[in-house]
Amino acid sequence: MQFGIFSVGDVTTDPTTGRTPDDTERVRNILTIAEHADAAGLDVFATGEHHNPPFVPSSPTTMLGYLAGRTRHITLSTATTLITTNDPVRLAEEYAMLQVISDGRMDLMMGRGNTGPVYPWFGKDIRQGIALAVENYALLRRLWTEDVVDWSGKFRTPLQGFTSTPRPLDGVPPFVWHGSIRSPEIAEQAAFYGDGFLHNAIFWPMEHTAAMVNFYRERYEHHGHGRADQAIVGLGGQVFMRPRSQDAWNEFLPYFNEAPVYGHGPSMEDFTRETPLTVGSPQQVIDRYGAFWEQVGHYQRQLFLMDHAGLPLKTVLEQIDILATEVVPVLRREAELRRPADVPANPPTHAEMVAAARAAGQVHEQAVAAADHWTGRTAEDDVEAADAVTARG
Amino acid sequence: MSKASIVVVSSGVSQPSSTRLLADRLAQAVHDELAARGRQADVRVVEVRELAHEVVNMTLTGYAAAPLAEAQAALAAADGVIAVTPVFTAGAAGIFKAFLDVLDTTALAGTPVLLGATGGTSRHSLVLEYGVRPVFTYLHADVVPTSVFAATDDWAEDVDDVKSLPDRIRRAATELADRIAAKAPTRRAGLFDDVPSFGELLGG
Repeated sequence: MQFGIFSVGDVTTDPTTGRTPDDTERVRNILTIAEHADAAGLDVFATGEHHNPPFVPSSPTTMLGYLAGRTRHITLSTATTLITTNDPVRLAEEYAMLQVISDGRMDLMMGRGNTGPVYPWFGKDIRQGIALAVENYALLRRLWTEDVVDWSGKFRTPLQGFTSTPRPLDGVPPFVWHGSIRSPEIAEQAAFYGDGFLHNAIFWPMEHTAAMVNFYRERYEHHGHGRADQAIVGLGGQVFMRPRSQDAWNEFLPYFNEAPVYGHGPSMEDFTRETPLTVGSPQQVIDRYGAFWEQVGHYQRQLFLMDHAGLPLKTVLEQIDILATEVVPVLRREAELRRPADVPANPPTHAEMVAAARAAGQVHEQAVAAADHWTGRTAEDDVEAADAVTARG
Repeated sequence: MSKASIVVVSSGVSQPSSTRLLADRLAQAVHDELAARGRQADVRVVEVRELAHEVVNMTLTGYAAAPLAEAQAALAAADGVIAVTPVFTAGAAGIFKAFLDVLDTTALAGTPVLLGATGGTSRHSLVLEYGVRPVFTYLHADVVPTSVFAATDDWAEDVDDVKSLPDRIRRAATELADRIAAKAPTRRAGLFDDVPSFGELLGG
């Protein structure tokens, strides 16, 4: 079972000092946090994608590409990549590039975002959110699995004779998760493709998370990818720990009370009871997170939100150390002891997906492109070639 | 025929509350009118005051704590709803609107609804028509034509000899009971009941 952290990338004033980092400092802190998580032995670092303040991570593949060079073991991922408002052609290109650069040490998670105006800012209609997620992802998969794509759909200009480069590493696309909190259609999409499904449960009662996950599991089996209990599931989580439970509570309370989303809302007593937020000793986190499998079955990835609400960098790094040294080894061991032998321990690695593709008889051959007749010319010199792929209506 | 399920939403904030008093009168009248049509009814009262913190929390966090989720589920499954609010500052009580704001927008679609309000004077009697009825119309509820406004004076005898409060309650209750009796019991699809197959999603 994998354990990691995910960052929303919010710039929030530290309520205990009144200090607010600027965007540059926050971006650099996120990079430090990710490198620290790698050194501490966590399995995953995932970044969000946002296009409005107070969030800084607008360009995930730039950040993850840098981290691919700076880290050694950690899987780099997203939480989430906006499949609705990004051009699927750019996603195919950018994440194939990241896959090549990281030598397959990455995956990504599709989502629809949390900010309504992102849709109109990128020329999309928010009422088409699900339809965009479905069509864009279908195109993205074709761009990764087919060398030359002719395509037309509702939301993007048609493609004729298009090849997305670089081709995926070893001819095998990255593993994809789909994240959704409330939309069963997205669980259905993940199940249809045999992709992973992550429920970011951090603001939701576990009963709802279990209902969504179990719906995905049933549909995964229905679509013929394996048994329901073999589907690839991830959960979001949120913890704050100190050796003494009361110290954790006292230290985190001012951050909780002022935090975006839940600040000034429910009390920390209510919120820790109703949602997976756990504030206390490492043992309390082990007890709580070590029991979620009873509601959702054995799952493959647990992500924690650790660097939000204005927590200072030093505190976040300490939290990562506590998580990696005192919590994760226990949870990992317990998960491995109870996992049925034919249920995957982890989401598939690149090497495993390559092996599966070869076993299924898929051979990786890089198609040889026609000679380069573009270098040294301007695009406008190439009117004929542009005309040749323009859809005539 | 199964028992009709009536959910009463009462948004009074004081104890005792004239809003609750009106809500109870309306509920009793609807219960009796249904009985006269041979239909049994279960009446359940949701006191918004008791859910006020959960309503604010859901407004901020997006999820319903258990007691609020349970009240919302009861409303969605109701065969008829009686919604009563006090008038504060020339409009429905804020907590009443806040309670409606965190309701799923499909929860009351097609549900027969009777509106009631209480206020200091009859000069506020149109609040239900311009301030509350449009909200339920937006929710696609089936709001009965007669809504009942009770001013403080209405609780005295013979304030209005022509259309007294009991007469108005009876008329509104008749309208709601007619609708409930004529309608098949409410069956609302759960979150996972009507999910299109992926083929439909792709083809759509």
